[in-house]
Amino acid sequence: MNWGGWNEFWAMGGYALYVWGSYGVTIALIVAEIALLRARRRAALRHTGTSNS
Amino acid sequence: MNQPAQPPALWAGGINWFKYAAPQTFYPLAGTMIPWFGWAAAVLCVAGLYIGFFIAPTDHQQGESYRIIFIHVPAAWMSMLVYLAMAFWAAVGLTFNTRLSHMMATALAPTGALLTFLALWTGALWGKPTWGTWWAWDARMTSELILLFLYFGFMGLQAGIDDPRRADRAGAVLALVGVVNIPIIYFSVKWWNTLHQGASVSLTSAPTMAATMLAGMLLMALAAWFYTIAATLHRVRSIILEREHGAEWTRPLRENPR
Repeated sequence: MNWGGWNEFWAMGGYALYVWGSYGVTIALIVAEIALLRARRRAALRHTGTSNS
Repeated sequence: MNQPAQPPALWAGGINWFKYAAPQTFYPLAGTMIPWFGWAAAVLCVAGLYIGFFIAPTDHQQGESYRIIFIHVPAAWMSMLVYLAMAFWAAVGLTFNTRLSHMMATALAPTGALLTFLALWTGALWGKPTWGTWWAWDARMTSELILLFLYFGFMGLQAGIDDPRRADRAGAVLALVGVVNIPIIYFSVKWWNTLHQGASVSLTSAPTMAATMLAGMLLMALAAWFYTIAATLHRVRSIILEREHGAEWTRPLRENPR
């Protein structure tokens, strides 16, 4: 175990900005991509089976 | 003779692979694969992060800042692999004139761009504490930035052409021309004197990092693989529906989505 407690974990040895800045943006973008994928599928299904787009 | 153009049959292992080149056949197959790849990605990600944060030790030179590696390296690897996959499907599409191949290339691009952006973003956040700068115009970083522009260019070009067949071909040509950038990215740290460090992991020599760090990184790389496959299959299903919205087989899906 690397950490003496959660405070130490979140502090990341003084590199919190860089480490959590990396992980935070990654999670946000993946969540956004999944939301966009679902929205695109819903929109595609709405037009399915119709002759005009 | 007024037959529609049929792709030639490609038999291997007793399976006619061109059967799955038909969007109608591929659509349900992709649908059954998505949850498997999605859940595998989630499980591998949790395992990789657990090892990365709770088992892998603090780096004796970089302290805790090195933990960015668990995103940075998988994202950078995948940014190149996705481009190669995109160029592969573009080449298949141009050669055999299979629509689904072009749809695969189109479906890969946004996730490829996302991974490229993440490689650059996490690289900047790692560079600042390690090198004292967010960015340098060195060969590795510049060629990775060009990769991002290639993805954007591919997507922009396809979006800008109304006729889907022409958009497919134009995008495919761009994807194939841009593939020269991939070896430039990969070998940049060897060919030029870059601020970016050389490879810590290679097929020909022992890794220069602790086994637990490597394990966490490889698990995250595998998670990124599976996530990319799941996202791409999900997107290609939407693209199939968008392009085939008038086709008979898609009609029941409106009431009964599968």
